[in-house]
Amino acid sequence: MSQGLNMVVCIKQVPDSAQIRVHPVTNTIMRQGVPTIINPYDLYALEAALALRDKMGGTVTVLTMGPPMASTALRKALGHGADRAILLSDRFFAGADTLATSYALTAAIRKVGETTPVDIVFTGKQTIDGDTAQVGPGIARRMELNQLTYVSAIPAIDREAGEITVHRRAEGGVQVLKTKLPCLITMLEATNELRRGSMPDMLRAERADIETWNAEAAGVEDIGKCGMKGSPTKVSKVFAPQPRAEKAAMIEGDTAQAKALSALDVLTTADPKLIQVIARQTAAA
Amino acid sequence: MTQREHFDAIVVGAGPAGNSAALTMAREGLNVLQIERGEYPGAKNVQGAILYADALEKLIPDFRDSAPLERHVIEQRMWMLDDESFVGTNYRSDRFNEQRPNRYTIIRAQFDKWFSGKVKEAGALVICETTVTGLLRDKRGRVIGVATDRDQGEVTADVVVLADGVNALVGSRAGLRKELTPRDVALGVKETIFMPREVIDARFNLKGKEGVVIEAAGSVTAGMAGTAFLYTNGESVSIGVGCLISDFAESEVRPYYLLERFKAHPAIAPLIEGGEVKEYAAHMLPEGGYNAIPQLYGDGWVVAGDAAQMLNAIHREGSNLAMTSGRIAGETIAAAKAKGKPMTASTLKAYKRALDDSFLMKDLKKYRRLPKVLHDNKHFFTDYPRLLTHAAETMLRVDGVAKRDKEKAVMGSFRSERGLRGLASDVLKMSRAWR
Repeated sequence: MSQGLNMVVCIKQVPDSAQIRVHPVTNTIMRQGVPTIINPYDLYALEAALALRDKMGGTVTVLTMGPPMASTALRKALGHGADRAILLSDRFFAGADTLATSYALTAAIRKVGETTPVDIVFTGKQTIDGDTAQVGPGIARRMELNQLTYVSAIPAIDREAGEITVHRRAEGGVQVLKTKLPCLITMLEATNELRRGSMPDMLRAERADIETWNAEAAGVEDIGKCGMKGSPTKVSKVFAPQPRAEKAAMIEGDTAQAKALSALDVLTTADPKLIQVIARQTAAA
Repeated sequence: MTQREHFDAIVVGAGPAGNSAALTMAREGLNVLQIERGEYPGAKNVQGAILYADALEKLIPDFRDSAPLERHVIEQRMWMLDDESFVGTNYRSDRFNEQRPNRYTIIRAQFDKWFSGKVKEAGALVICETTVTGLLRDKRGRVIGVATDRDQGEVTADVVVLADGVNALVGSRAGLRKELTPRDVALGVKETIFMPREVIDARFNLKGKEGVVIEAAGSVTAGMAGTAFLYTNGESVSIGVGCLISDFAESEVRPYYLLERFKAHPAIAPLIEGGEVKEYAAHMLPEGGYNAIPQLYGDGWVVAGDAAQMLNAIHREGSNLAMTSGRIAGETIAAAKAKGKPMTASTLKAYKRALDDSFLMKDLKKYRRLPKVLHDNKHFFTDYPRLLTHAAETMLRVDGVAKRDKEKAVMGSFRSERGLRGLASDVLKMSRAWR
């Protein structure tokens, strides 16, 4: 039997963007009291890794960079069934943009690979707080891994040949890609459903000592490439856009048909070409 | 069969009662597992919310150093409302600006997370997003653990503390208690309305961390037994209204309609004007009082907090009773454990005895007649607020009518509404219920 897969899933603890408010007076983001969650896209990456482990054997290590409180996110991932959790935490890492983040994560992933080589690095498609989708590709570039972005399914892994086949969502269709391991995969949303951990998983997660690595432990070579220092991106201003004052129109009518016709009227007035589209489709039907 | 883990105690629920029990037992060295169904402790918990310092001080004496507290209460307003006016009393005192204030407003989602942190520090194992679906029993019917909605989800323990909140589903399903009746439960709805700190300070005449509490009764509940409230937080106000479920069912009035009415009241509207509704919540409150308290202990189990109907509706106290009952449950179990006693009903009876000796049962017993009196005499919520506000208006309006004639008119209005016999009986009922 071939050996199992050594997988690392990079996750990020983010503020729950659905509950973020902008202070009406100062126009700054109010972070107080906003719950933190695991970046939702990362959960698809986690489940993809757990499913591969179930099929092929191996281990799933979750990795995050953040303040000590980010250990909550790791503990949660352990509760879903991940095997190992590593928190990358150091004041030198603070204020990192995507360039500096991918640098630090790369160092940590290399460190994980020192004992057993890493076969697949997983990340989510992007984060909901930064929305850049840069960290995954950044890691792939630094580690010179084959890069598979927007992956929707992993139908096959050939351990003997060291090859992986994935479905990649592209504009207008699905690409079926085959490449050599090791690779980096960024998972697309809504591609799987994260499992609930068992009671033993939950108890293990709560009891786990989260491994915490500082820059030195992670084997970071150039501290100048980390955190604020290593980040060329600067946020110059945060503001709330003016809400647009557009009123909803009420569709009136005595019967359902009258309402439907009235709605059609409103739509075709707004876009005269629409009537031709509807005519074509009706003819086709 | 998979191996089930065993604990000294399992606590169901991570609200004030569960946290207090888990904290107390974990500190005494017991191996405690606490199970919460919400995403995090506090995710499902709703309260006004006023924190009474005393009950928490008995658990965490220095809580003021780290707990997320909004404002300490320096003023209490009690209002009787009709549709246009209110008559009421205020008590405001600089003495409440003390080193260790007595009451605080809090935001439960934040407070409960902090509280749970203390439970974890004490060594209890806390798992969330896990629902207890039933109790495990041995052949003799003794409770020996819980079943949950997770794979391999059974865990065993010497004793289970049921602190699963007002619905008390675990105990009801297991047949340890009767199901709730609509007359024993109130439904409260509440909004958190965001306003800048300076606006709140100016509108309520506050500075620093000072806060105000308004409790109101009268026409706002549309003839039902219930009250409304407004509490000031740091950068928001909590505003809500609650009535008995049986009254809501009978009147078919929707709870949010009452809340909208309260918010639109001419005495309330200017206080919240321009605020942004940030949160909407609804929750049930166990308001059955002393007579609705279920069996509190048995072989291998005790029940605490809302699940045990520990709420003083008259004085708006609930979380402190939850903390107190949770703490006493924890102390009872820890003491029994230290003596090596089995967790049988005869051992756990000490929990009930300790509760009976505390302010908690004494207070609940004192008002045991009130739920029924208020339920059967809705005119306390309709006629009296109107009579009192009209009386105040009559006396205060200067219009050339002699004061003696005004007094006669006021007395006349009371007599014609309630009748002499009615007035006398109301006084009697209230004084008996209050005794």
